[in-house]
Amino acid sequence: MTTSPDMVIIIIDLVLLTLLCLTAFAIMLVRHLFAVVALTGAFSLLSAGLLVTLDAVDVAFTEAAVGAGISTVLMLGTLALTKRREATKPKLSPIGLMIIFLTGATLIYATPDMPKFGAADSPGLMHIVPDYIEGSKNDIAVPNIVTAILASYRGYDTLGEVAVIFTAGMGVIILLGRRREDEYGYSEDNAAFPLHPEGSDNTTGKDKS
Amino acid sequence: MRHHLILRVVSKMLIPFILLFGLYVQFHGDFGPGGGFQAGVIFAAAFILYALVFGDDQARKVIPDKALILLVPMGLLIYALTGFAGILLGGKFLDYDVLSSDPTQGQHLGILVIELGVGITVAAVMISIFRAYAGRTKAIDKEDW
Repeated sequence: MTTSPDMVIIIIDLVLLTLLCLTAFAIMLVRHLFAVVALTGAFSLLSAGLLVTLDAVDVAFTEAAVGAGISTVLMLGTLALTKRREATKPKLSPIGLMIIFLTGATLIYATPDMPKFGAADSPGLMHIVPDYIEGSKNDIAVPNIVTAILASYRGYDTLGEVAVIFTAGMGVIILLGRRREDEYGYSEDNAAFPLHPEGSDNTTGKDKS
Repeated sequence: MRHHLILRVVSKMLIPFILLFGLYVQFHGDFGPGGGFQAGVIFAAAFILYALVFGDDQARKVIPDKALILLVPMGLLIYALTGFAGILLGGKFLDYDVLSSDPTQGQHLGILVIELGVGITVAAVMISIFRAYAGRTKAIDKEDW
């Protein structure tokens, strides 16, 4: 049996997509939020794998680092502050189900009209992309065109993105980052993981179930 | 997490390599996949791993809060000042051609510097957000894991 490289990519895509669907269903069905957070991390990792097969390595890199790494840790940090089990069971809503099926059907109906994957004459690649490819080869002389576009051609946008990250970080630091005395008169400065004093363990938000 | 011996040993071995990989992604971003954003996140991941395994207090000794709060705007400032340096040297805002006598060299320099700015801000913000959460959480009991 001979397998061409295309065949291998199709098999890898199928395996990744199947696992992605299974993970998505598991996320919907599992009620234990600790497991859900772990599954979201797995979902991000699988998406990163799919992006690698699409040759979008920079995006895959970001997805793996941010989606599977940092956001999983932040979700776990949030869980530690709240409860670890979903409080209410979701009900199946017929209208919601219908909307989901309609949207999905529309998307599938529209997919064949999309340009073929990687086609050089697709409209999105006709406008300014040839200039960028030429420019990053001759003027900037950077092998990674993504970096050339992000850092040089789209430098304004990247500056804006960094400003967004800065603002988000400042917001979190100002809202949550300050350590101060809480309503028990408990100084948080001298405790590693403070919020409530020892002894009032019925208010610590810990899930005993 | 004093009793997790394997975690402590393995993360102690891994953290230098994670930091090294972060530096590679940071300064090799114009030749391979990656760049300031990814490098910043990888760098932050190393510090977050350290904080998770060795405790928040220990991690605050490695990077004090006061240093971190300076690093958050520093990256953005490095980026913006590189833009103004372009104006001062006779070009446009964020025009790297004028940063060096050779336009291509100027582009390389500009990309390197602004990627460094992106990396610093992203890493500092990620660590700060993690700390803001971790600082409000009680240590998780052994039975709760």
